[in-house]
Amino acid sequence: MTTTLLLIPLLLPCASPFLARRILDHRSPVAALWTLTVSALLLAAGTVAALGTFAVTGLLKIPAFAALGELVHPLRTPSERLILPVAALAAGLLTLGTFALGRSAVRQAAGLRTARSQAERRSTAGDLCVVDSPHPDAYALPGRPHRIVVTTGMLRALRPDEREALFAHERAHNTGGHRYFLAAAELAAHCHPALRAVREAVRLVAERAADEAAATAVGDRRLTARAIARAALAAHAADSDRPAFTPAATTGPVPRRVAALLSPAARTPRILPWIAVLLAACAVISCATAATGALSVHQDIEVAQGEASR
Amino acid sequence: MTDAKDERRPAGELEAAVMAALWASDTPLTPAQVQAELSSGLARTTVTTILSRLYEKGTLERERQGRGYAYRPIQDPHGLTALRMHGELARDSDRESALARFVAQLTPDDEQVLRRLLEEGL
Repeated sequence: MTTTLLLIPLLLPCASPFLARRILDHRSPVAALWTLTVSALLLAAGTVAALGTFAVTGLLKIPAFAALGELVHPLRTPSERLILPVAALAAGLLTLGTFALGRSAVRQAAGLRTARSQAERRSTAGDLCVVDSPHPDAYALPGRPHRIVVTTGMLRALRPDEREALFAHERAHNTGGHRYFLAAAELAAHCHPALRAVREAVRLVAERAADEAAATAVGDRRLTARAIARAALAAHAADSDRPAFTPAATTGPVPRRVAALLSPAARTPRILPWIAVLLAACAVISCATAATGALSVHQDIEVAQGEASR
Repeated sequence: MTDAKDERRPAGELEAAVMAALWASDTPLTPAQVQAELSSGLARTTVTTILSRLYEKGTLERERQGRGYAYRPIQDPHGLTALRMHGELARDSDRESALARFVAQLTPDDEQVLRRLLEEGL
């Protein structure tokens, strides 16, 4: 029973890629950003709790650890032959996940540090930091103070009013605190492979939120859409020597953002966002089953320690 | 955009807009040229003030042109180092997650969709 319960948090994230893809079309970007990120974190927490419980159970079946845990009776587990391999697998997955997460965190911190030191060295005007490079690129650099980094290649690819849309977009990333959402999605993606699709959805929806903020700031959705399209094409032309990154049959993120801006703004969906509710329900069930499973195992451990009676 | 709206914007944003116009241009620009380039209803005096402030901060250099000055961004002596660092950064795929970039890479299909949209007068 406990084993079945603990499998639920491991299986539920597999439904998230489907739900995450659908949620993009249904919600305002900021609401979608919150729903996706919080759900991803809960699903990740459920996964880690379930794996951790399996690992602890297996560990306590080993006599040395059982003695260390002050178990006076053998721990009751469903299947003696199955629990050790499952526990070993769970412990292995947890170790690998932690390692990969640490590695990614170190590399990203190094990337941010490089970007910051580069920004400090550049002459800045206001919050704008210009990098003299023909390759069109632009990104938000959060920190104190917030900066936006833009290459000369990007500045020259856009018209003045389009540049204003670009700046407004990057400022929206900074003021919206989007880096925290991206970091949370990154964390979740390292906990369960199925949550990688949710990370992609979070990235796209953060761009959408910044696009909408930019459209409001410059007061022109078409202009914002045009800035994105022209910037993407300029960047694409500049690195056409690089191999194409995915030969995906589906439309990539940039055309989706452009299309969303070209559709009318007043799209407040009065229909109940079923998909969002479904995703949130998955996340809550995942956490609840993981907690129940962990509590049940805890109870078994107390029984084995002779502290509680069954 | 109206005059009032632009004059109300934070000083940092105006500086950024002026700086972007100078970097986007191949030649030094006079205040009048910057104003025309931005075409955003900024008063000439505002542009002149921003330009002289940036010049005093050492961000711009200027040369005589007619009765006034023409300004251009100072090419930073560390430019080459910074450029190399930028290249390192751009190659690191992990930066995708660390920094929110304006545009992701395109698939050939994406490229066609965008080109068609722009040709249709987006």
